[in-house]
Amino acid sequence: MTVKVKVEHLTKIFGPHPKAVLEKVKSGVPKNKILEDTGHTVGVHDVSFEVYEGETFVIMGLSGSGKSTLIRCLNLLNRPTEGNIYIDGENIVHYAKKELMELRQKKLAMVFQHFGLLTHRNVIKNVEYGLEIRGVPKEKRREIAKTVLASVGLEGWEDKKISELSGGMQQRVGLARALANDPDILLMDEPFSSLDPLIRREMQYELLDIQAKLKKTIIFITHDVNEAFKIGDRVAVMKDGKIEQIGTPEELISNPQSQYIEEFIKDIDRSRILQAKNIMFKTSALVYLKDGPRVAVKAMESNGISSVFVVDSERKLQGIVTIDDAIRAIQENKQLKDILRNDFYTTGPDTYVQDLIPMATDTKYPIAVTDENNKLLGIIVRVSVLSGLV
Amino acid sequence: MHDFPDYWRFNLGIYVDMLIDWLKANYGAFFDVINNSILWFMVYSEKFLQWLPWWLVVAVVFVLGWRLKNLLSGLVFALLIFIVGTFGLWELMMSTLAIVLTSVVISLLIGIPIGILMTYSSHLDTAIKPILDGMQTMPSFVYLIPAVIFFDLGKVPAVFATTIYAVPPVIRLTNLGIRQVPKEMVEAAESFGSSRWQLLTKVQLPQALPTIMAGINQTTMMALAMVVIASMIGAKGLGMEVLIAINRLDIARGFESGLSIVFLAIIIDRISQGIANRFEIPE
Repeated sequence: MTVKVKVEHLTKIFGPHPKAVLEKVKSGVPKNKILEDTGHTVGVHDVSFEVYEGETFVIMGLSGSGKSTLIRCLNLLNRPTEGNIYIDGENIVHYAKKELMELRQKKLAMVFQHFGLLTHRNVIKNVEYGLEIRGVPKEKRREIAKTVLASVGLEGWEDKKISELSGGMQQRVGLARALANDPDILLMDEPFSSLDPLIRREMQYELLDIQAKLKKTIIFITHDVNEAFKIGDRVAVMKDGKIEQIGTPEELISNPQSQYIEEFIKDIDRSRILQAKNIMFKTSALVYLKDGPRVAVKAMESNGISSVFVVDSERKLQGIVTIDDAIRAIQENKQLKDILRNDFYTTGPDTYVQDLIPMATDTKYPIAVTDENNKLLGIIVRVSVLSGLV
Repeated sequence: MHDFPDYWRFNLGIYVDMLIDWLKANYGAFFDVINNSILWFMVYSEKFLQWLPWWLVVAVVFVLGWRLKNLLSGLVFALLIFIVGTFGLWELMMSTLAIVLTSVVISLLIGIPIGILMTYSSHLDTAIKPILDGMQTMPSFVYLIPAVIFFDLGKVPAVFATTIYAVPPVIRLTNLGIRQVPKEMVEAAESFGSSRWQLLTKVQLPQALPTIMAGINQTTMMALAMVVIASMIGAKGLGMEVLIAINRLDIARGFESGLSIVFLAIIIDRISQGIANRFEIPE
């Protein structure tokens, strides 16, 4: 994976003499003490991370954690006090005006929490703004703007005033304006936070769709854990201007490195993050089709269960046998294949736990997890699905 | 013993006097250039305004009032300006209007750039604001003195004094308008790599325009108020009529010219306000 953005020991201090306060900050004086003594605000302190090309990297934190300061450092809306930012391997922190303008025009585009739309322009002229700044000819930029507007579902709204649009639509314009520039990197500063929940969810899915098509490098800020885990390939959790932990959503859930992260994760709805493969177990309690009913009874007895899955020699799932059926089969001298049942649920390994809930409430058997060739990967006992509900 | 001691008397006035003498002696040519260009602009705008047929002016006022406000306003404005004509003050009204117009144009040429510069530097902002306060609280007659010294009597010193008196609102409101542009909007424009000039012309000024227009409205009204006073230094116009009426205790003449000024003020205010409202950006 290519590293697209690399941030090294980034520190941002706000105030009249940030450099003078830097030493104090480095020696570990806490943020609020520095504010009290010197009047300087520490926005971000010693943050390092890498973002890979085509990845959606989410920076999550509560308000005041420095996440908005951090993302504004990446396009130098905030000049870092110390540290380096590499984009495509080039250090941008010492860029002069002209280089910076070019970087912003070509490589980066930003989407804002309160949209930041130009209310004196209509929809399409907003989308054209970045192109206009770059000096793209009128005809050409109109054409691009129209295509991009259509791609965010705003066809036919080109000539409307911004004030005529709902919040969700305004943010679509914000997104279109950023996409029209065809940037490598999309910076999104809490883009959906000011939208109501239904629209927010819709926009999240739309972003995922767009990202699947365009494969931009996205750096996304949010304070909402569920949003972070839904959208992010990797998530960085910030607290007091520092990054507490970086990892995939699964890593953060399964291995939180601090109390703070644990607290954060408590909030999330695990059933939306965890998939079947995360909660299934690979059981040894299996019976092969060639075995007789006696072997099945034995397997159930030794594992303390009352039903067992039956597979063929290639581990392909054939059915399930219950203890009652097996005993009857022994008495009536029947084969295993005569008493197979098929009234259980199977699922793929990538199904989210929330989608397993209706199955688990509907059946008395475990849920079988199979791959595309119907090979049994593992089983999920009902309790591990349903226990999450309490 | 309770009187303020005489030996602490500080003659600031003498130094101001000396400064102005010095300016006049050393920069006389400079003031002449200003004098000539203002005069040129003045003369032509006055000629133009007086060349306009009276019925055309009445018609234009009606259409503007109708379009910008409503039909009734249009009719009332047209009637008011017609009445001024019936007083026999048409030509003088046009002279007054020419001075107002010239002063407002100069005020905008000076005021808008200063207002913009003030947004770039908070030092400049804190330095200029008290000066503006001073300019607005200083009795307006005081401006007549340096105006006369630099430009003698006549139209140009009237324009000079009027401009000084009228320029603060447009400076203030340009500054305010630009500072009020939402931070995220400016950030958004910057994040796309706008240059300072692009940011100013494509975002800040269009966003500030309603506020700037309000400033222009105020500047125009102040210019109209000052132009009456400026008649004391020889600016021909409605103000001169008032002045003459006072000197002669001619109530009839004073009332007619005074009323004409009020009518003119109403029309200019409403029309420029109507124009300003056109630039409102919906929320």
